[in-house]
Amino acid sequence: MAVSPKKVTKEGVWGNNPIFRQVLGICSALAVTNLVVNTLVMCVGLIYTQSLSSLTASIFRNVTPFRLRIISSTLIIAAYVIVLHNFLMAFLPDISTQLGPYVGLIITNCIVLGRVEAFASQNKPWLSFVDGVASGIGYSVVLLTIAVAREALGFGTIAGFPLPFEFTKWTIMVVAPGAFFMLGIIVWLSRWLQSRAEAAAERTEK
Amino acid sequence: MEELGIFVIFFASIFTSNILLTNFLGMCSYLSVSRELKTAWGLGIAVVFVMTVTSVANYFVYYHLLVPLNLEYLQYIAFIVVIAALVQLVEMIVDRVSDRLYAALGIFLPLITVNCAILGSSLFLVIRKYDLVQSLAFGFGSGLGWLLAIMALAGIRSKMARRSKVIPALEGPGIVLIITGIIALGFIGFSGMVQIN
Repeated sequence: MAVSPKKVTKEGVWGNNPIFRQVLGICSALAVTNLVVNTLVMCVGLIYTQSLSSLTASIFRNVTPFRLRIISSTLIIAAYVIVLHNFLMAFLPDISTQLGPYVGLIITNCIVLGRVEAFASQNKPWLSFVDGVASGIGYSVVLLTIAVAREALGFGTIAGFPLPFEFTKWTIMVVAPGAFFMLGIIVWLSRWLQSRAEAAAERTEK
Repeated sequence: MEELGIFVIFFASIFTSNILLTNFLGMCSYLSVSRELKTAWGLGIAVVFVMTVTSVANYFVYYHLLVPLNLEYLQYIAFIVVIAALVQLVEMIVDRVSDRLYAALGIFLPLITVNCAILGSSLFLVIRKYDLVQSLAFGFGSGLGWLLAIMALAGIRSKMARRSKVIPALEGPGIVLIITGIIALGFIGFSGMVQIN
């Protein structure tokens, strides 16, 4: 299978975006997005875990027995997540407490296991690394969009800085239902844009 | 943290702090297996069962194995391995004991290993410092809460599939997320009755 790094990147960020296209890794997408700063930490953590897990799984892809594939991928991911968790506890203790279990839950985040399983188990290490970074970025873009909207509407701030005008804060954006609505809307918009682009592409072909 | 009655924890984990609707755990299987009531019920029961068992097992692993050895940082790996092993064990026992139960739950059990709600509940009981009985109540309650949420959604979706027209771009995950938002809004009505965390 010949795929170029550039194509892999484009697919990961837009065409095959983990969140709105494959609808994976929703748990953390909803849980950590009420503050921009937390989201940013989570995104960096995910890009780190995803790229290195893909790399490692890909290096060992030829020596991993087929039946032990899933459990070995899970253990690789868990090892990186432990490093991440300890790093956060040491250098960003406040954010680490706020993120609570969600850092650990990167292990069962379907995106990471999904990419390792679908891509890294069949491709060369370097390409898997690029794929990991790309789907990590795809995930981050969506998360940050949701986080900016939720924090702005719910708290009237963006990354802690107050907005220049006053308005009634939407408390619903801070709590759970707001997250579901925002993600629903994002999925809707992106699918609508994609279907429109596909329709336009078909027209030009004719 | 104050001593919480086990009934408070039990009801709170079903209603006010529903693991799916307020903590967003177990979304992946919630979205993909909620198309029909029957499969949703099968997965839901399997989740209740596994979550109760793993909460208790991970309680023992954490407090009687990892803490005495000062290996708390290995909790993620330990929990995942315990969950995977228990799921396998449960599958074998169910297979041996009841064919009917195996036919109903069999295909769902492997899926559960990667259900984040299961790992999440184990992590929560460590973070919230529950004791053994509280962990049992929390695991069982969270499982029931998850079952309740997925049944509610599956009911709505199966009705919707027959009667309603949805905008094409909103079909599938889009509309499901918005429905879930409305369900979650309903569950917020319970908050204030009992409070944990």
